[in-house]
Amino acid sequence: MRKTPLTAPLIDQNPITVQILGICSALAVTTAMATALTMSLALIAVLVASSVVISLIRRHIPASIRLVVQITIIASLVIVADQVLRAFAYEMSQRLSIFVGLIVTNCLVLGRAESYAMRNPVWPSLLDGLGNGLGYALVLLIVAFLRELLGTGALFGVQVLPTVAAGGWFQPLGFMLLAPSAFFIIGGMVWAIRSLRPGQAEPDEFVLRTGRQEVAR
Amino acid sequence: MAEGTLWRRFLGLPNESRIKTLGVAFLVALVCAASVSVTSVLLKPRQQAHLVAARAANLAAMVAALPGLDEILRASGAQSLQTVLVDLRTGMIERGADAAAFDYVAAQTDPAQSTALPPEADTAGIGRRPNRAPVYLLRGPEGLALVVLPVYGTGYQSTIRAFLALEGDLNTIAALTIHEQGETPGIGTRITNPEWTGLWAGRQVANAAGDVVIRVVRGTATSAFEVDGITGATRSSTGVSNLVGFWLGAEGFGPFLARLKAGEE
Repeated sequence: MRKTPLTAPLIDQNPITVQILGICSALAVTTAMATALTMSLALIAVLVASSVVISLIRRHIPASIRLVVQITIIASLVIVADQVLRAFAYEMSQRLSIFVGLIVTNCLVLGRAESYAMRNPVWPSLLDGLGNGLGYALVLLIVAFLRELLGTGALFGVQVLPTVAAGGWFQPLGFMLLAPSAFFIIGGMVWAIRSLRPGQAEPDEFVLRTGRQEVAR
Repeated sequence: MAEGTLWRRFLGLPNESRIKTLGVAFLVALVCAASVSVTSVLLKPRQQAHLVAARAANLAAMVAALPGLDEILRASGAQSLQTVLVDLRTGMIERGADAAAFDYVAAQTDPAQSTALPPEADTAGIGRRPNRAPVYLLRGPEGLALVVLPVYGTGYQSTIRAFLALEGDLNTIAALTIHEQGETPGIGTRITNPEWTGLWAGRQVANAAGDVVIRVVRGTATSAFEVDGITGATRSSTGVSNLVGFWLGAEGFGPFLARLKAGEE
């Protein structure tokens, strides 16, 4: 398959598993599918809009204040997204609490603005934003699927595995609802993807010396 | 025409020139500020409706969680609390006023419906006190069973809004529930933690002399007039302490509660 700005970030250049960006929110909002989906949609909206706007004015942004301009645009878009959520999905905005607002500190958004939208025309930038947003959403939804299913036996709040407490057989893994479990799941995904595509693995920064070592005296 | 050429000349400036840098910064800030403001203003009514619904649900949940109230509600045949409007200047219930239609939040800042507080009396940090406030009453077979007061005040960085429920003796706190605040997430927001608001239940408001002495103390409470403070959230929990003290005092619902206690309404 030909690599385009839209499809490359899904697996080959996935922002979370390859670039290890946006981990903070990936840990925080993935205890349930519903929150992960809302967060993904908010991030996609912000990322696409910021890529388009920054790409539009990229020729007129002075290099000395480019980060300030980018972050101002991103922050405004995040506030708008947060306000829209509060108006149309109040319950969900209460559950997501500050994490929608924290999109502004998500390295993923600023990273795409700085490394792609500043140098490319509007249409590829839009696709790049969308692709990266979808790549982020993909990882978030996989992690949330595992955490909600194993942690509570439910998906999107609907019970699919009958829990012991409700007279069934499934013993929920409380650990899955804690943040470290997301680290393990994302770590497992990184390992699996790099095993299948060895090209993604970085060379070791320090090579372990093996065999007999001369002891300095 | 002249504007067009001016705009073109501005865009044609080298990016590193001082005028262009300042101009771009100003224009970006202007457009961003305008879009944020417009969104905020347009969506305000919808968000407000959600807050009102959340407040009603909160009040209902608080009443439902208090022990014994369900029976009183059933025995008295009342479906819910009775809402009355209280004139805070006199402490009297306003007869014939439509309490349901009263916009309490608007009255808090409307100069025609509120009174400026002198700084030394303004312990809750609210600046102006509304002239009238809604109060929710519940009567059981043995008279007054519950009085719910809507209270608010300044915490560390936001206005904290809460319901304070008093038992029939008007001196024992039945419950405190905070339904709106914008304190530091994870730190000041612990004032909404049920484990902390639960500490308020059963506390005494006034001492034998009739002075309102209830307050939040640092560390652990040592008497029935004290509530444990929250370590790390001193300013937020003190804010709650101050606003409870203010609204139970002479500038708040004090005169109304005194009248209620004396048996006249």
